Amino acid sequence: MQPATRPTCFQEVILRLQAYWAGKGCAILQPYDMEVGAGTFHPATTLRSLGVRPWAAAYVQPSRRPSDGRYGENPNRLQHYYQYQVLIKPSPPDLQALYLGSLEAIGIDMSLHDIRFVEDDWESPTLGAWGLGWEVWCDGMEVSQFTYFQQVGGHDCAPVSGELTYGLERLAMYVLGVDHVMDMPFNAPDAPIPLTYGDVFRQAEQEYSRFNFDIADTGKLLGHFEDAEAECQAILSSPVDDPKTGKRIVMAQPAYDQCIKASHLFNLLDARGVISVTERQAYIGRVRALAKLCADAYVATSDGGAGAA
Amino acid sequence: MPDLLLELFSEEIPARMQDRASADLKRLVTQGLVDAGITYEAAAAFATPRRLALSVTGLLAASPALREERKGPRVDAPEQALAGFLRATGLAREQLEIRDDKKGQTYFAVIEKPGRAAGEVAAEVIEATIRNFPWPKSMRWGAGSLRWVRPLHSILCILSDAAGVENVALEVDGIKAGDTTEGHRFMGGGRFAVTSFDDYAARLKRNHVILDAEDRAAMIEADARNLAFAQGMDLVEDAGLLAEVAGLVEWPVVLMGDIAPDFFGLPAKVLQTSMKAHQKFFSVRNPKTGGIEKFITVANRETADHGATILAGNRKVLFARLSDARFFWENDLRTVRAVGLEGMGQGLADVTFHNKLGSQADRVKRIEALAREIAPLVGAAPDLAAEAARIAKADLQSEMVAEFPELQGLMGMYYAREAYHNDGVPEACAEHYAPLGPNDNVPSAPVSVAVALADKIDTLTGFWAIDEKPTGSKDPFALRRAALGVIRLVLANQVRAGLVHTIAEARNNCDANDLLAFLHDRLKVHLKDQGIRHDVIDACLAMPGNDDLTLLVNRATALAAFLKTDDGENLLQGYKRANNILAQAEARDGVSYEGAPEVRFAEDATETALFGALDAAEPAIAAYLEAEDFAAAMAAMAALRAPIDAFFEAVQINADNQIVRRNRLCLLNRIREVMGQAAQFSAIEG
Repeated sequence: MQPATRPTCFQEVILRLQAYWAGKGCAILQPYDMEVGAGTFHPATTLRSLGVRPWAAAYVQPSRRPSDGRYGENPNRLQHYYQYQVLIKPSPPDLQALYLGSLEAIGIDMSLHDIRFVEDDWESPTLGAWGLGWEVWCDGMEVSQFTYFQQVGGHDCAPVSGELTYGLERLAMYVLGVDHVMDMPFNAPDAPIPLTYGDVFRQAEQEYSRFNFDIADTGKLLGHFEDAEAECQAILSSPVDDPKTGKRIVMAQPAYDQCIKASHLFNLLDARGVISVTERQAYIGRVRALAKLCADAYVATSDGGAGAA
Repeated sequence: MPDLLLELFSEEIPARMQDRASADLKRLVTQGLVDAGITYEAAAAFATPRRLALSVTGLLAASPALREERKGPRVDAPEQALAGFLRATGLAREQLEIRDDKKGQTYFAVIEKPGRAAGEVAAEVIEATIRNFPWPKSMRWGAGSLRWVRPLHSILCILSDAAGVENVALEVDGIKAGDTTEGHRFMGGGRFAVTSFDDYAARLKRNHVILDAEDRAAMIEADARNLAFAQGMDLVEDAGLLAEVAGLVEWPVVLMGDIAPDFFGLPAKVLQTSMKAHQKFFSVRNPKTGGIEKFITVANRETADHGATILAGNRKVLFARLSDARFFWENDLRTVRAVGLEGMGQGLADVTFHNKLGSQADRVKRIEALAREIAPLVGAAPDLAAEAARIAKADLQSEMVAEFPELQGLMGMYYAREAYHNDGVPEACAEHYAPLGPNDNVPSAPVSVAVALADKIDTLTGFWAIDEKPTGSKDPFALRRAALGVIRLVLANQVRAGLVHTIAEARNNCDANDLLAFLHDRLKVHLKDQGIRHDVIDACLAMPGNDDLTLLVNRATALAAFLKTDDGENLLQGYKRANNILAQAEARDGVSYEGAPEVRFAEDATETALFGALDAAEPAIAAYLEAEDFAAAMAAMAALRAPIDAFFEAVQINADNQIVRRNRLCLLNRIREVMGQAAQFSAIEG
């Protein structure tokens, strides 16, 4: 184990995680270029957890939860934040130890802290996915989600993927000993132009909080939701044989993009408070139906394990 | 007499499942052993976050050998008969014995089942137990197909006796059982081997694992109390939380920290709920101020800085959590001050309660009307009851309740006070959900009772009207609980009215009689728990006014008490005898003996006396019943016992003289009628 020196800024925590998981053999991917509610939505997790092909990837994913916006005032609630995501399939037997190693890598001294694995079963009704695992507590603070995927898009996961999700801001604040997210050094405090998290994001948090809660045009959002839903279905109902190349091309991922869009639009509508309890179930059901269609399509592709033993 | 030690070592088992899992492990393994002929002296099971362990002592070293003899067909029987016998016994013809039997030479099969060693049986039983373990939720991991609550890493399974230790030959999906395990995840010192249960428990302790959850809970409780006491504070006891926390740690270390004074303004219950729900902290109360001022957390390890870092981290997390709670609290207060609770609850119009029963706002309107109607019956001012009903659900739209649903009602009370509601209205907000379970307190303040009844009766009549009744074990809208709530509210407050039936009748499509029957069924269950038999209730249900539950229960209570007396028991026998004789006579003669008996046809002195007793008792019983003094009515009835007994003793009903016979049968009918004023005795068993 490397000595538990403490990082000095937010980006160093990210860089250390990248280096650690790269060292453990993960492909270090980049964020997906769409608005998502959590790192799980990245195709590198949702789609790659399906089928039999082995997989190991780690990446940062900017995530949006419109209803968590607090105008940049709450010490640790944000409507836009970063998740660090690791997915390994099949889940290795020493995944817990690997995970604890990653905490040491970012400067958490195991001999001084209290790390606990507390039951927290993960379920994403919109993805038709669930798994069993824990939230990992460091001194009473949730620093990660640790999940063994059992089902995604209605398909049983076999082999099972192990998924780790770190809430980067919260984790970094803890490691850096910062009380308010906006005060957290983003780059090195001794850099020529030192920037805090607030320098980078405070204004955006304010703007999006107002937009999400009060301004977003719910009629338009609803229209976009329906467009995305229709587009997703249309993509998947196209014939799989491509006349231009003469190849069989299932378009699982473009369809899945539309599913991601629908999901985010639903989150925005939810934050606007215009979805009632019963309607809520119906919307979730519609997004899940899309996720399931995409999963069905993906497992019929080569990446999805079609034709593999 | 070897001892068996089993440990299933896995990744962290959810705290809430540990107790049940250790009990299941013990039950399944010991049952399997006994079924296979391996009896034992004692067994004990344990659970920690990372292991289930079982110790079974005093096993038979091997199951007893069994010898079974089966008689087969005669030697000259058809070939098929012999073939069938060979199939059934699994033997070949030359393995059979031929013996002389009464009917001639006959085949006999002698099947010897040798005893099996305990280890061999244990391996089989344990493998089956692991593969079929009744986890509430289980999972697969990696590329395997085995299911366990979380990935299973190792199995320790040994048999030990005076001669030594033997590893049980057991392998489940590539996990080979051995004699080693490991201790605490961070404080343990690597894998170690064990030789017996005592050795196992002792080595675990050296490796910082307390095996027994009860020991861990006792340690936590004692340390927490002492820490609080040392600072002049009181621990707020919470048995559920204690059990849960004991399931989260293998090596409990109790730490106490301060709550920042910034949050002392939050209601104590909000502090407690937030700390418990999110962080599993115990609350510590300052007896001088009554406020929650400190928290207790239980860490899973010792550290060189005596928990300073851990405590600092926990305090920081708490600060953030409570900042959130305060954010909700202050926003809610601002809303309430600006627009009142009715304003806060405006959004209820957009929340669907049930698609056939409209929105929450529609429901609130119905409850308000009902509360106004019920108020005079429970001694509440109709305007106050209506006011309380109008705002009681408003807190469902508050930010605090959105975050902590378990604070519904309670937050309504705080906010109602803030909005200058008074006269029992705020308390009604808090209490109108009650009683939630059979042991929950029943409200007694009139406004609370009115709204609580209105809430539940609206639910019942509503779901009855759309035909969504509970069936079997399915009761998604908790209607049984609502019915029990109505029953307990009515009885505890001695409410006198045929509430449910009246209200149900006024509602479209609601089958009032069916709903009342449902309520009566729940009442039977409720009274059974209080020692009143269902047939006693049936005897009272048959009487008029059975939609007035208070009256019904008063009658049933008096009847049940009466039947426990000597007089009551004998009078019941007399009644039954009269009833049986009448029923037979009526069936045989094809007529009913409902005419008035006449004393002039009485031949025996006991017969005349019975006429006198009935004439005296009838108006007395009627008067007491009129006054609803059921105990006195029963006592008056007791006066009939001796005359009835004497009558049956001295007189033959089926006299030869048809006039005398007829008169006596009519006299029996009179007994039935006089007693029938109080209850339908024919419904009572025994």
